[in-house]
Amino acid sequence: MARTLLDKVWEAHSVRTLPSGQTQLLIGLHLIHEVTTPQAFQMLKELKLKVRMPERTFGTLDHIIPTTDQTRPYADPMAEDMAAHMYKNMKDFGLNLFDMATGKQGIVHVIGPELGLTQPGMTIACGDSHTSTHGAVGAIAFGIGTTQVRDVLATQCLSMAKPKLRQVRVDGALAKGVYAKDVILAIINQLGVKGGVGFAYEYAGPVIERMTMEERLTVCNMSIEGGARFGYVNPDATTIDYLRGRPHAPQGAAFDRAAAWWKSVATEPEAKFDDVKRIDGAALEPVVTWGINPEMSVGVGQRIPAPDSKPEAERPTYREALAHMGFEAGQAIKGTKIDVAFVGSCTNGRLSDLRIAAEVAKKGKVAKHVRALIVPGSQQVAKAAEAEGLHEIFQAAGFQWRKAGCSMCLGMNDDKLQGREMSASSSNRNFIGRQGSPTGRTLLMSPAMVAAAAINGVVTDVREVLK
Amino acid sequence: MSTATDYKRKQLAGRGIPVTGNDIDTDRIIPARFLKAVTFEGMGEHAFEDARKQNPEHPFNSPAYKGASVLVVGQNFGCGSSREHAPQALMRWGIGAIVGGSFGEIFFGNCVMLGIPCLVASQADLEWLQKAIERDPKGVVSVDVEKQEVRFGDRVIKATVPDGPRNQLVNGTWDSTAVLLDAGAAIEATAGKLPYVKGF
Repeated sequence: MARTLLDKVWEAHSVRTLPSGQTQLLIGLHLIHEVTTPQAFQMLKELKLKVRMPERTFGTLDHIIPTTDQTRPYADPMAEDMAAHMYKNMKDFGLNLFDMATGKQGIVHVIGPELGLTQPGMTIACGDSHTSTHGAVGAIAFGIGTTQVRDVLATQCLSMAKPKLRQVRVDGALAKGVYAKDVILAIINQLGVKGGVGFAYEYAGPVIERMTMEERLTVCNMSIEGGARFGYVNPDATTIDYLRGRPHAPQGAAFDRAAAWWKSVATEPEAKFDDVKRIDGAALEPVVTWGINPEMSVGVGQRIPAPDSKPEAERPTYREALAHMGFEAGQAIKGTKIDVAFVGSCTNGRLSDLRIAAEVAKKGKVAKHVRALIVPGSQQVAKAAEAEGLHEIFQAAGFQWRKAGCSMCLGMNDDKLQGREMSASSSNRNFIGRQGSPTGRTLLMSPAMVAAAAINGVVTDVREVLK
Repeated sequence: MSTATDYKRKQLAGRGIPVTGNDIDTDRIIPARFLKAVTFEGMGEHAFEDARKQNPEHPFNSPAYKGASVLVVGQNFGCGSSREHAPQALMRWGIGAIVGGSFGEIFFGNCVMLGIPCLVASQADLEWLQKAIERDPKGVVSVDVEKQEVRFGDRVIKATVPDGPRNQLVNGTWDSTAVLLDAGAAIEATAGKLPYVKGF
């Protein structure tokens, strides 16, 4: 019987079937950051356990760190305390830490692929829901909670049930001004925020196959926003070219042997899925969310839907969304005034994202009433962007050029919305309070669309700016 | 140390608390600023903090539901961030079981790790149960994980938990470190067969 990537990777990592009926799944790569680990290390200490395979865990600092002055001690004593715990735990347990001094620090889901730690055929876990990002290279990668982080540290394993598999095919070709972010927002809009519960997503079809690795990372990143704990793209020539020469990827002849194995874990042509969904890529326009979860989106040329157009059970959430956002049903999303523009995050904080945003930034200046932040996803992204002069383009246009971190995606540092501010954001969640203000409002969109909104001060169709 | 029997989560009975609405994410349950602490202690008092401030009628503000232990929710509860702080906050507030239409999967898994059963009931049954609890906040909700049912008054509704987590909860093996360690050298043996571990 033809097998899927999920079948093959799951089987290769199955240690045994547990008495509960679940799989004891070996985790090949464990990524950690400062926020979801201190309690796990504390539990490990209380259990008097060591880290089972310390060479398979890598850490960084991303969620809580400032993106302005990163000199320690940090101005926020709680951030400083959290960082101090991270340093101590990494040292006490003999683990690798990519901190600022290494030049390799960044958002955990940006540095994993960038350093070649993330490889096809792996199982990858991290105490962060956007671990699904790493599926872009053909890995099974998912987020876990802190007690599960303890289990991975102590046993290199998790107790897991294999999900069903849905293939999401994106057909056709994308129009100019339509990006990977628009593709995943459209998928979530069409399948819903709970459409993926119980499923893993295999992204396929011509649009996905033509995507660069960075674009695939954007798509897989938001699998969790569609309810799927993980999503992946089968490894292909794009994957292998991406990994070649990366510091933690195999080198020389070993790379060729690795590439052969990576290709062998891809889903076989005759393999069956539990479900298949098709999206017409050619029909997509730039997407903007208007509500309080990522399925509440429209094409930039469309109007905000009426709650009555939704199934009855969904209507209260839609009404709540309109009330929180201060929108009326039937209102055009284009022209919505923004206060803040944010380009960054594990969804869209990579070099290609910054290049696209810079291309738009060249077309004008940030509107006077807009506070605009560019936050690179990693130190290496920042360095590469600076080598191309992107930071100067941004600064000349009135954007703030920050240091790498999660920043305003979740507002755990000083980068927060104030009051009811409206944010055009390249991040992944428009939940109430997500960007640090309980009454703040978030419009998710592609980096190009964020830059266009920053310049015009209102939600803008980037295709008109790029004309 | 507790004995293994203390871990069994076969049944739980207590007063209910309804939180209506779908897609209530973990940012809503516990805003990110509370993740800055290096322990989970004190998390309980911050459950739904911003939602409670914005809505004085929020059930977590209501004295009628003080001391409740069975949370009854809608669809896709706990979607979003993997933060275990969300179930930790609910648990430390006093919640011991959650009945809903569906759950964010990471949240569901985190609840299992804390011994909190999340049971899935039909939309119609949930609406009935939420209203019934509102009418009688002192009434006892009896959750039977093993039989997969929830009783309130004289009515019993079906409420399911998938086999694997149900077995873990009922048999008291949800605190999984010891269970996983039992595999012993099979862990290294599995790792040793992986090309990327043994070296290409």
